[in-house]
Amino acid sequence: MIEIKNLHKGFGGEEILKGINFVFETGKTNLIIGQSGSGKSVLLKCMLGLFKPEKGTIEYDGKAYSSFTDEEQRELRTEVGMLFQGGALFDSMTVEENVMFPLRMFTKQRKRELKSRVAEVLKRVNLEGSENKFPSEISGGMQKRVAIARAIVNKPKYLFCDEPNSGLDPTTATVIDNLIQELTRENDITTVIITHDMNSVLEIGENIAFLKDGVLAWKGDKSQIFQTDDKTVTDFVYSSNLFKKVRDAQLKGH
Amino acid sequence: MSYVHSIGEYFLMIKGVFGRMTKRSVLRELIFKEINELIIGSLGIVAFISFFIGGVVAIQTALNLNNPLIPKTLIAFAARQSIILEFAPTFISIIMAGKVGSFITSSIGSMRVTEQIDALEVMGINSLNYLIFPKIIAMLTYPFVIAISMFLGIMGAYAAAVFGGFVGADLFLSGLQDNFDGFHVIYAFIKTFIFAMILATIPAYHGYYMKGGALEVGHASTTSFVWTSVVLIITNYLVTQLLLS
Repeated sequence: MIEIKNLHKGFGGEEILKGINFVFETGKTNLIIGQSGSGKSVLLKCMLGLFKPEKGTIEYDGKAYSSFTDEEQRELRTEVGMLFQGGALFDSMTVEENVMFPLRMFTKQRKRELKSRVAEVLKRVNLEGSENKFPSEISGGMQKRVAIARAIVNKPKYLFCDEPNSGLDPTTATVIDNLIQELTRENDITTVIITHDMNSVLEIGENIAFLKDGVLAWKGDKSQIFQTDDKTVTDFVYSSNLFKKVRDAQLKGH
Repeated sequence: MSYVHSIGEYFLMIKGVFGRMTKRSVLRELIFKEINELIIGSLGIVAFISFFIGGVVAIQTALNLNNPLIPKTLIAFAARQSIILEFAPTFISIIMAGKVGSFITSSIGSMRVTEQIDALEVMGINSLNYLIFPKIIAMLTYPFVIAISMFLGIMGAYAAAVFGGFVGADLFLSGLQDNFDGFHVIYAFIKTFIFAMILATIPAYHGYYMKGGALEVGHASTTSFVWTSVVLIITNYLVTQLLLS
């Protein structure tokens, strides 16, 4: 569980996050949604320790990140998996080397054990047989799956995903969303996903934080988001005609 | 003001490079990979340029020796001095700033653009150490490149002067040994070590701290080449002033 308490962060005198309070639950896919510039990425980077908040705390399983020693911070980072928007795979490494990378850096396992764990994870993300390919030789969807495999190979307690299905076709995007949700449940991970894709919200939105101008404007789950009358949320969610029709159908009980 | 900021940032980067070290077994592999890419991969172009420029230096000297009172041994002497003192360490380093420097900037810059450096940081890896330290260690072998350049430059001069009929082999070899000062070689290698550090770190700085997208990677490579060359030339002047004058 990750708990954010009264988090403030600004740049050059401009306040980006204005006192966020939220609990990201373990074993659930926690979504941070909102328009561009609402502070989603800044919040994620604060949680990852890449930005230092000016005020407020971030607690990992009850312990404030700011109270961690350097060694504890490093240890925490080994418990974090991160899926970047573009995958951020290392171009010079094969799929297998990419997935093996966190294990090589942080464990003392033998090569055979490393290979076995990598094969297990690649199988889980349906990428058997791609071990020796380079990232440039596989599709965008496969790259995302390799990135997921790399993020979970070291059995993280926390998984952060920055727009995991951006640039993917709707079918592949749904596959990626469902894969993240399955892995979250199987491994009891605290998963935090940044997205502005409403399909993802409908598919995997178990615990949603809606940010607007640096403030937590709404929270709930995917079923509640259709019932809210909060205009700031409805303006965002129903900006597409398709979702307006889905909402109307739901309200009519179809 | 931005120059002062950049200089400060550069030295903080150097401090960061020698901060928390990457796992030794991983570093060892990275160092060998960098030696292969930065050093072995440059040998071909360095050998080619050195041999032919050595030849050109000999021909130019020979063609300008019109006075019968000046001995023909001067062709070899002039070629040796210019190759050892300046051509091999400085001229080749400028070429390396273009070849190796651009490669370092663009490879690190691409990693920045595609969030690969962020990925390293999130994993708790000191990205400065992981990316730049192996390059610095690999560049410690750069003097071998310069030694090869010196040897091939003189071979080129010999081939052009002797086979071109400007001077006999005996006279060339005699001129090659005229007034030889061993300190000139030491001076050249001291320069080379300093240049190696410049070649590894300034392009790395430009790649690591670049901002923007693919276009900016190209821009950073160009800027890196310009600044690496400027620093090489200024350092060359200062080291020469300190050690030879």
